[in-house]
Amino acid sequence: MACDVWGGKLDAYLDGELDSAEAGELNKHLRGCGACAADALERVQVKRAVAASGKRYEPSAEFRARIIKSVAGELPTSQKRDLGHPSGRAWKWWVLAVPALSVLIVSLLVNFYVERGKARRQLVYSELVDLHVGTLASASPVDVVSTDRHTVKPWFQGRIPFAFNLPDLAGSEFTLLGGRVAYLGQAPGAQLIYQVRKHEISVFIFQDQGPGMGVPSTPLRALSFNVENWSQNGLRYFVVGDVNADDIQALSKLLRDAG
Amino acid sequence: MKVTDNRLPAATFEELAVPLFDQLYNFARWLTQDTSEAEDLVQETYAKALRGFSSFQAGTNFRAWMYRILRNSFLSSRTGLKVTAVFDEEGAEGVPAAADATTPESLYIEQANRQIVQDALAELPVPFREILLLCEVEEMSYQEIAETLSIPTGTVMSRLSRARKALRAMLRQRLKGGRHGV
Repeated sequence: MACDVWGGKLDAYLDGELDSAEAGELNKHLRGCGACAADALERVQVKRAVAASGKRYEPSAEFRARIIKSVAGELPTSQKRDLGHPSGRAWKWWVLAVPALSVLIVSLLVNFYVERGKARRQLVYSELVDLHVGTLASASPVDVVSTDRHTVKPWFQGRIPFAFNLPDLAGSEFTLLGGRVAYLGQAPGAQLIYQVRKHEISVFIFQDQGPGMGVPSTPLRALSFNVENWSQNGLRYFVVGDVNADDIQALSKLLRDAG
Repeated sequence: MKVTDNRLPAATFEELAVPLFDQLYNFARWLTQDTSEAEDLVQETYAKALRGFSSFQAGTNFRAWMYRILRNSFLSSRTGLKVTAVFDEEGAEGVPAAADATTPESLYIEQANRQIVQDALAELPVPFREILLLCEVEEMSYQEIAETLSIPTGTVMSRLSRARKALRAMLRQRLKGGRHGV
């Protein structure tokens, strides 16, 4: 279909109002068409700007009390209580909205925006990608520096509320660099850094409960990072790296077999 | 904040209506552009909704119902009559006729531009402002917006499209030459 046809559907697409078949087609078109992708990006930016700017006014405490009283007063059977401010919605996807520099990133971003159903998973993934990138950018990426799993694993004892097994890497391309304690949704977990052909991969292990853990176990490509995750023995594993999906899968298999 | 239908039979008005308070106030404040008018409008909305709650049909959308009451109250208020009387939907989208070519870079909007966006929103005609707020801030579906505004879904789409075009034109003009462009 031509650009002008798709152009007319961009808004509905970004508002999540296209059916999945059409959305898929349009998404495919965006990946190949720089002009439409740029147009979509502009629309996303305006949407985001309005969403943020539109949340502008807060009622005064006094007015809130007055309304709550009037509502509760009219219905003596209902319990009066302070509902306070509504909990914030998932505005954290903002953190993902990095300035997009290429058509690929634009279309991934746009795609992300549309697939709100995946937002939760994306949120977790984006936090993990942030953690991964942040760790590698740090002057001291790991707190326990060792290629020996028998050194790294005991280091975590007493630092995190669970234990895990690490694979024997003999005969594989992977090297263990070390580990550190990481936090996801305020829960402590282990972050292990592995290396394969000069690329670092983070393996995150958290207890499989608590915030953000209800993510489906499917691989995902998030903004040029490959992410794999699965649940095993009450632990949730995430493998994050900028290497190709095969390497991620290979390391995941080693960890699965060990766990 | 979604009100799910299966809660309705047991839910009291208070349980359903109080969680909407902050959003309704924000919406009212945007419509009226005045704090005390916004408070009056929200208060009137809650009073009307409470009186009419027995006629509210379980299974229909409570949020859309509340917004509809608020909006109808606004439209019949003095300010509401004034600001909507002269609105010409077809003609309104052209608000400052800026360069038509879409240069995506020109609209790179940062946090720092929030004031510009807020000013532009405030200047949009009310029908455009309200539909953008319902869509972007309240994240209502087209169907919900249609219920709230009592218009067909097709009109929701065309009005949204016009509203966005008008807003983009305003933003483009205001951001033009600013250092915020990429």
